[in-house]
Amino acid sequence: MTRCIRRCAALGLALLLALALNAVRVMVLDAGAAAADPANRRIAIARYQHPRGGILVGAAKVTGSQDTGGQLAYARTYRDGPLYAPVTGFASQTYGTSLLEGTEDGLLAGTSPRLASVPLWKEITRNRQRPGDVHTTIDAAAQKAAYAGLAGRRGAVAAIDPATGRILALVSSPSYDPALLAGTGPGVTAEWQRLNDDPAQPMLDRAIRQTYPPGSTFKVVTAAAALESGTVTDLLAPTDSPDPYQLPGTTVSLTNEGRGCDDASVYDAFRISCNTVFAKLGADVGLTAMVRQAQAFGFNDTRLRIPPGVAKSNIDTAMGPDQVALSSIGQFDTTATPLQMAMVAAAVGNGGELMTPYLVDRVTNHAGAVVARTGPVRLHRAVSEGTAERLQQLMEAVVSDGTGTNAAIPGAVVGGKTGTAQHGFGNKGTPYAWFISYARPPGADRAAVAVAVVVEDAEAARADISGGGTAAPIAKAVMRSVLAAPPRAFGG
Amino acid sequence: MSATSADAPPPQAPPAAVHRPAPPRSRRRGVELSLTAAAVLVSVYGYAEVGLATRGAVPGDAAGYGAGLALLALLAHLAVRARAPYADPLLLPIAVLLNGFGLVLIYRLDLEPSLGPRAAPTQLVWSTLGITLFVLVVLALDDHRVLARYCYVGVTAALALMAAPIFFPAVNGAKIWIRAAGFSIQPGEFAKVLLAVFFAAYLSANRAALAYTGRRVFGPRGLQLPTGRVLGPVLAIWLLSVGLLVLERDLGTSLLFFGLFVVLLYVATGRTGWVAVGLLLSAAGAVAAGALEPHVHSRVEDWLHPFASIGAGLGPGQLAQSLFAFGNGAVLGTGLGQGHPELIGFATKSDFILATVGEELGLAGLCALLALYALLTARGMRAGLAVRDPFGRLLAVGLATILALQVFVITGGVTDLIPLTGMAMPFLAQGGSSVVTNWIIVALLVRVSDSARRPPPEPPEDAP
Repeated sequence: MTRCIRRCAALGLALLLALALNAVRVMVLDAGAAAADPANRRIAIARYQHPRGGILVGAAKVTGSQDTGGQLAYARTYRDGPLYAPVTGFASQTYGTSLLEGTEDGLLAGTSPRLASVPLWKEITRNRQRPGDVHTTIDAAAQKAAYAGLAGRRGAVAAIDPATGRILALVSSPSYDPALLAGTGPGVTAEWQRLNDDPAQPMLDRAIRQTYPPGSTFKVVTAAAALESGTVTDLLAPTDSPDPYQLPGTTVSLTNEGRGCDDASVYDAFRISCNTVFAKLGADVGLTAMVRQAQAFGFNDTRLRIPPGVAKSNIDTAMGPDQVALSSIGQFDTTATPLQMAMVAAAVGNGGELMTPYLVDRVTNHAGAVVARTGPVRLHRAVSEGTAERLQQLMEAVVSDGTGTNAAIPGAVVGGKTGTAQHGFGNKGTPYAWFISYARPPGADRAAVAVAVVVEDAEAARADISGGGTAAPIAKAVMRSVLAAPPRAFGG
Repeated sequence: MSATSADAPPPQAPPAAVHRPAPPRSRRRGVELSLTAAAVLVSVYGYAEVGLATRGAVPGDAAGYGAGLALLALLAHLAVRARAPYADPLLLPIAVLLNGFGLVLIYRLDLEPSLGPRAAPTQLVWSTLGITLFVLVVLALDDHRVLARYCYVGVTAALALMAAPIFFPAVNGAKIWIRAAGFSIQPGEFAKVLLAVFFAAYLSANRAALAYTGRRVFGPRGLQLPTGRVLGPVLAIWLLSVGLLVLERDLGTSLLFFGLFVVLLYVATGRTGWVAVGLLLSAAGAVAAGALEPHVHSRVEDWLHPFASIGAGLGPGQLAQSLFAFGNGAVLGTGLGQGHPELIGFATKSDFILATVGEELGLAGLCALLALYALLTARGMRAGLAVRDPFGRLLAVGLATILALQVFVITGGVTDLIPLTGMAMPFLAQGGSSVVTNWIIVALLVRVSDSARRPPPEPPEDAP
């Protein structure tokens, strides 16, 4: 009997050991996986237990937090939500985060190890760090000017400081108020459904996440390729191009909207936007040089983060001569985000140097100390200094005496390029109106602002849509607001 | 087995003394008193901690709560001191600590309104009743062997108690409750003790017949099947009780009775074959139940794939939530009052109360708790080893087995070691019948350990 009791006790000990080992498995080995499981509501509870850090435009926070009294304590609030939605994105207790709210989430939620003053201390105390703030590069005046200029029409604006790559405006229209998605409950679900079902796609960030055929604005790239490759040496020489121009190897003929393109010089062809001249020019330059030039401006780059990811702007790397010709006037499969086209204008305005665009100037901890700062970083030399100067001549002629006169600002040097991108089957879709430009204060040798505007206005009559008429005034308003502002201390 | 307990001081017997007096025995009542006081202090500290963590202040009734618990514990101690002076000094303090900690946990869970109405006051009333019964048993029961005389009365009562819920509506799919006048009791809990007494009494009385008579199967060295006349009654009662529980869908308790019976049969007869038969039968039963009973089948599915419901888009199930809670606790826990037991939902205060221990006190706290249960079980087994009469041995082993099996089944269930089976964590889980029953179990263990450690009367009885 004694032996049996001892064995029973030993069995009990074995069972206890099994429990303890299993507890180690569940509580230590698998704990990380449990903590990372999106279905684990503790993550959300901890995340919303404290007010979230702020996203700032200039010195002012455009986000806030509000105590809901629910299980998820603090919900996000937004000041001027629709205006800044393409920058902030949303932080929703139901649907997660997007854009800066997503990419800077660790910092805003206080989970980022970057916030820890003493490494590992947090692991021991399990106290949550206080969240930090994200200071954007956005210029409130430029942002407002762009948003007001679009006036609810479908479209987007991207503005960059060419010298640094700071993004000054990022506007998408129509927009939405991220505050509608902040909390939980049937109201939020219904809003989410409505916004997703809306054919106008208000939650789409058109400035960085939507690509459009760039139309004639792409002629800047074609001109750059022609100059860099030596295909064109004299801007004023006749180009020996017919009107209409028959695409190489096909029976398709290309015509122009305006007159005076037959055998026009590059200067004139750019000023009045001749399709025939630039299509032929692209075909003469050839696929390799065209692609190389477009990539030097940032096309085909899938890795660009500002830090939200930017959609890839496309130029095909395998095309026949006729397709190269069409691509050279921004048609065929060539597409670009508004930010990409702003980068093209910025590189030209900045003497050929293309800076990496960025949206976050610095992040600070709760005490205001800088945790990380973004500085200007060169992305590529897009074109040589000399080519940049000649491209500036072309773009400035567009504004002074061409299709883009609507963008002229008295007392400043403005260069631009209009575009009217046709698309859809048989070009039956409503065309997109483009305008890309840069502006230089008098006396300065580099541009202070570069802008790309695209308006896809399904409501407007087709004849009214043109880069010069619809998009240029918006670009002008944005450039004016930047030029009017007192020069900012760098990093301020 | 010598009757001398390990707690006795090393014998300093004078050489060559023929008639020496029994060595003086330490009763260890002072140890019990100080440990009990420590258990009360730990409980009160936990209560204050919950208040500090959740409200920023010590609960106003902490002093009153502490005084009440201290008074009850003191009464229990005095009863032991008066009537069971040689009892194991660890049993009472462990029970006080577990019960006190259980009250702290339930008080803490009461702070989550989504987990249903407040349960701590009711649990406090039941704990008071439990300790009162403990005192009564210790005072009234002079010798545990008396119980063997009433074992048939007891088992009849047990079967009647277990059958009673059939006439009451099912709660959460199981017909194991009797509800009357606002109170609900689970008669199966009380039946546990009565059945342990019956098995111990019957098996100790028929040990020899069970072990040495009847036909031998599986060859000359194989298992010896006892005659039907000997095995019949106990088998009938056991089958009846398990059958009743299956009918009531209380699979946890049926598993417990099965294990209890196998263990006692093994200890009584010393035949390993019974364990093999028991394991085979339980495996067959488990497979059959898993295949036939959808309720059990889903538990097995949950056990194998605790996160399956997440993949199916239905959100985490209760077991997944429990595992998340344990994972969140990690090594040191979030601290009392700082976890999220409300996420586990239904049964957080009963079946899943350990998930809160794991989340808020961590692996350290959980292991400490399991160590307490292990100590309680070991002390029960030890009383069984030390006591001289076979009935007392089987009774102590049976009671300790009940505790151990419950702890294993429920802890293994909520930590995904084995399929989940509804059972109450002794002393911890919300439930009056369970608390009262556990106090009676501890009272009986105190009684058996007292007679185990009592100095042998002159002349000493022969050891078994």
